[in-house]
Amino acid sequence: MQKANDKLCIEFEVNGEAVSISVSPSTSLLESLRDHLELTGTKYGCGDGECGACSIMLNGKIVNSCLVLAVECHGSKMTTIEGLANGKHLHPIQEAFVKNGAIQCGFCSPGMIMSAYALLDKNPAPCEAEVKRALEGNLCRCTGYRKIIDAVLSVAHGGSAHE
Amino acid sequence: MSRTATETVDTITASPSVKRASLIGARIPKLDAPDKATGLTRYLDDIKLPRMLYGKILFAHRPHAHILSIDTSAAVTMKGVRAVITADDIDLVPFGFGRDNTALKKDKITCVRDELAAVAADTPEIAAEAIKRIRVSYEDLPVVGTVEQAIAAGAPVIHEKTPDNQPFHFDYEHGDIDLGIRASDVIVEDTYNLQRQTHCCMGTAGIIAQFDAQGILTLHSLTQVPSLYKHDLSRIINVPPQDIRVIQPPIGGAFGSKLDIHPFEPICVFLARATSRPVKLTFTREEEFMATPTRQPMMIHLRSGAQKDGTFTFRDVRMTLDNGGRTSWGATTPWISMRTFSSLYRVPHVRQHVDVIYTNNIYACAFRGYGNPQATFALESQIDVLAEKLGMDPLTLRLKNAQQPGETTGQGMVLRTCGLADCLKTATKHAGWDVKRSPPGKQKTGRVRGLGMASMFHVGGGAKIHRSDGCGTMLRIDDFGVATVQTGSSEIGQGSETVIAQIVAEELGLDIGKVRVLNSNSDYKPWDVGVHASRTTFIAGNSALRAAREARGKILDAAADHLNLDSVDLDLYGGQVIKRSTGEPLVTIDKIIRGMHFGRKNDMIMTTDFYEPPSEIPDEHSKGDISACYAFGTHVAEVEVDLETGVVKVLGISAAHDVGRVINQLGIEGQLEGGIAQGIGYALTEEVKVENGRVLNLTFTDYKIPTSCEVPELKMVFLETNDPAGPFGAKGMAEAPLVPVAPAIANAVYNATGVRINELPLTPERVLRRIQESRDSESE
Repeated sequence: MQKANDKLCIEFEVNGEAVSISVSPSTSLLESLRDHLELTGTKYGCGDGECGACSIMLNGKIVNSCLVLAVECHGSKMTTIEGLANGKHLHPIQEAFVKNGAIQCGFCSPGMIMSAYALLDKNPAPCEAEVKRALEGNLCRCTGYRKIIDAVLSVAHGGSAHE
Repeated sequence: MSRTATETVDTITASPSVKRASLIGARIPKLDAPDKATGLTRYLDDIKLPRMLYGKILFAHRPHAHILSIDTSAAVTMKGVRAVITADDIDLVPFGFGRDNTALKKDKITCVRDELAAVAADTPEIAAEAIKRIRVSYEDLPVVGTVEQAIAAGAPVIHEKTPDNQPFHFDYEHGDIDLGIRASDVIVEDTYNLQRQTHCCMGTAGIIAQFDAQGILTLHSLTQVPSLYKHDLSRIINVPPQDIRVIQPPIGGAFGSKLDIHPFEPICVFLARATSRPVKLTFTREEEFMATPTRQPMMIHLRSGAQKDGTFTFRDVRMTLDNGGRTSWGATTPWISMRTFSSLYRVPHVRQHVDVIYTNNIYACAFRGYGNPQATFALESQIDVLAEKLGMDPLTLRLKNAQQPGETTGQGMVLRTCGLADCLKTATKHAGWDVKRSPPGKQKTGRVRGLGMASMFHVGGGAKIHRSDGCGTMLRIDDFGVATVQTGSSEIGQGSETVIAQIVAEELGLDIGKVRVLNSNSDYKPWDVGVHASRTTFIAGNSALRAAREARGKILDAAADHLNLDSVDLDLYGGQVIKRSTGEPLVTIDKIIRGMHFGRKNDMIMTTDFYEPPSEIPDEHSKGDISACYAFGTHVAEVEVDLETGVVKVLGISAAHDVGRVINQLGIEGQLEGGIAQGIGYALTEEVKVENGRVLNLTFTDYKIPTSCEVPELKMVFLETNDPAGPFGAKGMAEAPLVPVAPAIANAVYNATGVRINELPLTPERVLRRIQESRDSESE
C-alpha cells in the first residue's frame, strides 16, 4: 500500500482482473467499486449493511461491501455481479432468476444473486429453509421472494423449477 | 400453486384447421431481466454525466418552528462548493394538492422533513460537509403531534390560511342512512386505526437536472407520471413544459411513491440553474425514511347493519386523516376508500364523512392501494363481527351480499364482469375453510391456529380522474421485421414493457424478441396519464393492441397484393404471412415491408393509436362509472399465534383474483406474491413511528419489512372473467393483491385467539397486550 497525499494506493483482484486504485482511508469498498472502477452493478441500498444490495464475494465470503473499507482489501480477491456471466452466457443462477420471474425492479437482484452464488458455492444442494436463511439479509420489495427462492432451488437441483 | 385457466401455454384457434401457440397467458420472462441480472442496467444512481455536481438538502429536523435566519457563509466558502441556495434564492411557487408546499421553506417549518437549504458540490462528501456548516436559528413552536391536539380549542395554527387546522372535508352518500338503520336487526360499530407504512423502494429517491445552452432542461427522473410531471413541475421551476425533457432511467421500485412532485426535484433544478452544470441529488436511506411520504394514516369509525338473514342494510363511515404538515396526494385517498365501502358488497345506504387534519407530523402520498387497504381493513374486520352477531359463517354472509355481474353499484360503477362470488368460493375451497376452521378455542398457552378471510374491490380499467384517462402508442415495423413500440406508459419494475411487447407480438405474429418497447424519453413518448390505478396493462395494453391491429391490417393488405390473394385468407404467425386455412408460410413479414419501401407502393408500416377508456369522471357527488372494469379478489389467511409471545406467523394465504384474463402468467404471479408480501408487512411489522413530529425509525433494523424467511405457503388462482373492454379480456392487477391481506390476517388472528385487534401492525407487543386485556376483562 502506497501513500500519496491523503490517499492510499491499493491493489486487488476483481473478477479475475488486477486493479490498482487510490482511495482515502474512509472510502468504502462499495464506493470504490462503483466510483473508481465503474462496477455499478453493486448497489447502494442503505449503507448500513441492512439490505444486502451491495453484496459481493470477498476472498470467498459474501460481504456487504458498504461495511468494508477499501483499504482493508489490499491484496484481496473479489467477485462482483459483473464477474458471474461468461461472455454472452449468463451464469446459471442469473439464468434461473430471469426464467423464474425472480426479477422485477431488479435493484436487489445483483446482491441477491451474489448471496445465492455464495450459498451454492458452499452448499450445492441446499434445502428450501437453507435458501431462505442464506437470502435473509437481502431485502426485496417487489417479488415477495417466492420466485427468488424457486430460482435458487432450481439451480440447486440442476434444472428449472418451472420447466 | 394452482391455476385454473391456463395450466399450460394456452392455444387459440387461428382457423378451423390450424392451432398455434399463443403468447397470451404464457410465462414470459421480463425483457429487461437479463441486464438486471448481470448488473448492466444503469439506474439513476449509476449515471454520471460529465462535470456533474452532487446536491444535498438541509432538512429542518424539528417539527414546528419559525425560521429566524439561515447563515450559509461557512458553506459558501468551502472549497468544492459550487452553490448554496435557500428560499431567498428561488421563486416560491406553492405546489402539492393543498398548494401548501414550496421547494424550500421561507418563514415557517411545519414538519421535520421541511427543506431549508441545498448545496451543490464537487463530491457528495463536500456537499454533506457544507450542509453541516449551514447555521439556522429557529424559534421553536409548540408541536401538534396528534389529530386530537390539532382540533383542541386553542391549538397552535399550523398554516395561517387554515386557522382550524382542517384543510379538507369530503362527503359521500347514497341511499338514506336513517332508513338503513331502521331496517337493521343487528348493528355493530368500531374504530379502526391504520398506521403509516412506507414504500421502502430498494433504490432510494433521486434526480439529475441539466440545462443545455438553449435552456432546455433534461431531467433524469424517477417519476411514474411523466406527462403530468412536466406540466406540474413547469410552474414550480418557471421553465415552459415544452422546454423540459424527462428521461426515465430504470427505477428501483415505486409503488406510488413517484406519483408526486417532491421538493427535492425542483430543488435539484434550482441547483443546476445556479451552477450551469448537471446536478445529481439522491437520498441516503435515512433521508428516504424521513423525507418520503408514507401511506396515509387513518382513523376510521365504522358503523354498519344487517337484517336477520344477513342482508346488509347500511354503512356509516367517519374517517379522520392525520395529514401531517403539508399536503401531498395522501389527503385524497378517501376518494378510493369510499369505493370499497360503497361497492365491494351490495349495500343500499352508505354515508362517508372525512376530516383531513393538519399536524406537525410527516405527510403521506400515494402507496399501492391508495386508501383502499385502510378501508378494506375496517370493512372486512367488521363484516366478521357482524357474521358472529348474526350467527352466520363469514363466507355465507359475504356470498349473500356479494356484487354480481351486471349490477350497478350505489356509487354508479357498472360491473360488466364481476368474479367476486367465484373468488370467495375458490379461495375458501383452496384454504380448506369448511374443514380446517373452527371457532376460537379456550386454549390459554402454546400456539393456536386460525383462518380468516377478506375480499377486495378496486378499479381494473383505469380511473378517470383527469379529463382523459388515455394512453398513446406509435408503432413502426422496420425492413427487418422488428416492431418498435413507442408507448406513453412507463416501466417501473412491474413488467409493463414485457406485457406490451407480448400483446404486440401476439397480434402481429412476431417472435417477442422482434418487439422493442420504447418508454423512457418524453421527446418521443405519446401522452399518458401515468402509472397509477393499476391501469397500465389495461389502458396502454389496449392502445398497443389497437395500434398493432391496424399495422396487421396494413401488412395483410400488402401481402394480399403481393401474393395475389384475398387478405381474409391470410394470417400472421412466426414472422410470416401464412395461409389461414392451412398455416402454410407464404412470405416473411420483413420481405413484405421491404417490398413496400422499395416497390411501387413506396410506403411504410407506421400506426398510431390513442386509447381512451369508456369510463366517466365522477360527478360532484363522487358518483359515476370511473373505470372501464373492476377487479375483485378474496384472500384466506391461515395464521399461528404464540399465546406466550404474541408472535403471529402467517402460515399460508389462498388468493383468488378476478383478473379478466392472464396476459403474462409469470408477471401476474409476481404481482400477487409481491403484493401479498407488502400486505404481510403492513399487517404485522411495518410502521413509521412518529412521536411529537419526529420520526423514530429510520433504518431497516427499526422498520422491518418481510424477508425471505417470512414467505408463507401461497395458493394462487386467477379467475378469468374475460372483460369485454380489456386487452384480450385483461383487467388491472397491481394494487389488488395487497389490499385484502391485513384484514384476512386480523380475522385469522381473531379466529385463532378470540381477540379482535382493530389497529395495525399486529406486533407481538400489541397482540400480547390485547390477549392479556381480554383475559383480564373475562376474569372480572
